[in-house]
Amino acid sequence: MKKVVGLEGSFAIAEAVRMANTDVISAYPITPQTHIVERLSEMVADGDLDAEFICVESEHSAMSACVGASAAGARVFTCSAGQGLELMHEVLYIPSSMRLPVVAVAANRALSAPLSVWCDHSDVMAIRDIGWIQMFAENNQQAFDLTVCAYRIAEEVLFPTMVHIDGFFLSHVIEDMVLPNDEEVAGFIPEYKHPFTLDPDNPVSMGCYAPPFIYSETKKAQEVAFESTHSKIQETWKEFGDLFGRYYLPVEQYRMEDAKIALFTMGSFSETAMLAVDELREEGKEVGLIRLRLWRPFPFKEFRDAVKDVELLVVLDRAVSFGMGGPVCSEVKSALYDLRKKPNIVAFIGGLGGRDISVNEFKYMIREAQEKEKAIERGEDVEVEMIGIRE
Amino acid sequence: MEIEQEDLFAPRLVTTEELFAPGHRACIGCGEALAVRHVCKALGKNVIIVTATGCVEIISSLLPQTSWRVAWIHTLFENVSAVVSGVESGYKARKRKGKVPAAKDVKFVGFGGDGATTDIGLQALSGAMERGHDFLYCCFDNEAYMNTGIQRSSSTPYGAWTTTAPVGKKSIGQMTWKKNMPEIVVAHRIPYVATASPSYPFDLMAKVKRGLETKGPAYIQILSVCPTGWRCAPDLSIELGRLAAETGVFPLYEVINGEYRLTHDLPELKPIKEYLKLQGRFKHLTDDAIELIQTRVEEDYMKLKAKAGVK
Ligand SMILES: Cc1ncc(C[n+]2csc(CCOP(=O)(O)OP(=O)(O)O)c2C)c(N)n1
Ligand code: SF4
Ligand SMILES: [Mg+2]
Repeated sequence: MKKVVGLEGSFAIAEAVRMANTDVISAYPITPQTHIVERLSEMVADGDLDAEFICVESEHSAMSACVGASAAGARVFTCSAGQGLELMHEVLYIPSSMRLPVVAVAANRALSAPLSVWCDHSDVMAIRDIGWIQMFAENNQQAFDLTVCAYRIAEEVLFPTMVHIDGFFLSHVIEDMVLPNDEEVAGFIPEYKHPFTLDPDNPVSMGCYAPPFIYSETKKAQEVAFESTHSKIQETWKEFGDLFGRYYLPVEQYRMEDAKIALFTMGSFSETAMLAVDELREEGKEVGLIRLRLWRPFPFKEFRDAVKDVELLVVLDRAVSFGMGGPVCSEVKSALYDLRKKPNIVAFIGGLGGRDISVNEFKYMIREAQEKEKAIERGEDVEVEMIGIRE
Repeated sequence: MEIEQEDLFAPRLVTTEELFAPGHRACIGCGEALAVRHVCKALGKNVIIVTATGCVEIISSLLPQTSWRVAWIHTLFENVSAVVSGVESGYKARKRKGKVPAAKDVKFVGFGGDGATTDIGLQALSGAMERGHDFLYCCFDNEAYMNTGIQRSSSTPYGAWTTTAPVGKKSIGQMTWKKNMPEIVVAHRIPYVATASPSYPFDLMAKVKRGLETKGPAYIQILSVCPTGWRCAPDLSIELGRLAAETGVFPLYEVINGEYRLTHDLPELKPIKEYLKLQGRFKHLTDDAIELIQTRVEEDYMKLKAKAGVK
């Protein structure tokens, strides 16, 4: 039975964790992720979720405990944001290299200094290379759906999986959403069985160290296995869609038929960008939107397909790679570099530290990008523009 | 605790099974490897051991080989106690949910060097003890970061030379006093705390068994002589471990539910000079410096005796 409910993003995620019958939760509070841990604590306290909740003393320990529990064969969950993800950074590489299917949610947040609890993608960019499957949700329904799928994907391919939600924009906003019942979700996520667990009856050594003669081979094996997760991710989303009626793709397109200009976004601003696209379409502009759902492993093929007829691609970054510009734009450019026919690319940086981006600002970006494109055609250097800055 | 004809009795008292396999890569005379061997004999097979980065890990787990005949995991330097927390909680939840037989006997053990324990991993250890996880933590205290080349830790004794506390015109080496880690652990009010040494193998193994059987957190700090870092002859490891106890430098005791007990009481302490003079790391010490250390060791030992109610 489908239930339509009004739920805060954080609560929606907690519901997914509960329905997945998670065994161990280990997390440390940080704004804007706090409502997730608080809700999960309540569920455990009320007996609605039969899990061990380890109230660790830091995010470094949160991820370390997840690693231990996962290695012991438990289904595990954690969540963090901004500074917390930075503090657990060292540990994030462990489950991906040791093939432990930890599931995590990041409520994206800016990085200090100056301190900011509000949303941007600086924390995401700092953990690009950790070897986790990473995906973006744009609204609370997606946050729930993708978290459910994350368990299934992680445990089948044996790679940790992280769902990114925009801090506050999703974590603290109440939206209508459809909640499946517990049995439906339980049926979608089979019981977790790792082929090698820490078990005295079958002792294995995990985390041995690698001298130069073998380290590269371990990394090659990891990269090959990681790249090969694409098909399983898509199959899982397809199966989820068939069961629950909502389908997800690595790269999602909005009004891209015949679009010559495309906006490129990730996360909650995609919905604002859609409104801008609608308005521009009404003005007769051939504009569409490309939203990246799957961030890692990067969906090269789907992305190249999406832009094949685009002449101008406008990329919005919500982080700064100091001395390099927008990190997502750098990736987008490198993904398209080998193509014979590729669009001009204009980059903007905006929405830092919780600053909103309005429909008008998206429309401004499209207009400005067309001017900048002319400069590109003339062979001039075009700098990345930070939008909405008071000078 | 001298046993007459020990060589005849020992094989009957201790299992000959080596769960820490021979063929590891420790230096000759390594007290840490010896301690690990004894500890593993006492632990038995029904354990999961989490080990910190450091000598123990490096000597035992060079891919594609392993010295561990028990379930074992290493991840990082400072997070052993957090990983153990996770392993223990994982089993707890899975037993409760019937995914693992409730009767299955599994014990959880953390291994760390003094650096992993008293410095970089102190927070994680404190957190795990405070939360009350059911685990035994063994600190292999060789009094410096040996794996990275003999750098000082907060467990390095006053006056010892290390590569980051070098002896120089303005330095006598380590200029701070060894952190009293067992006391920090006692302050957490956990049920079992002990010090031990592989120079007293039966005492060490008895303590490990007691720690293992304790419900809740247990902690044992094991003096692990390191000939490489202490600049001593490799055949002196056992001797030095004994002298450490006999001089009061590393007293052997237990704290069970807050009650102190000296497990190796000494009416008379030997002069610490006998201990220091065998180690190159102390060879630069003047008589004055040795006197200062002697005074401090005696003071500390008296305090410990008072706690144990020994006159
Ligand atoms: C975060 C981090 N910092 C530093 C190191 C380098 N490191 C590895 S082992 C070690 C020292 C280990 O000392 P200890 O815990 O006393 O163990 P020992 O080798 O002496 O047995 C250091 C500094 C590391 N691996 N990780
Ligand atoms: S450096 Fe010291 S502790 Fe490390 S293996 Fe050698 S003797 Fe043992
Ligand atoms: Mg050490």
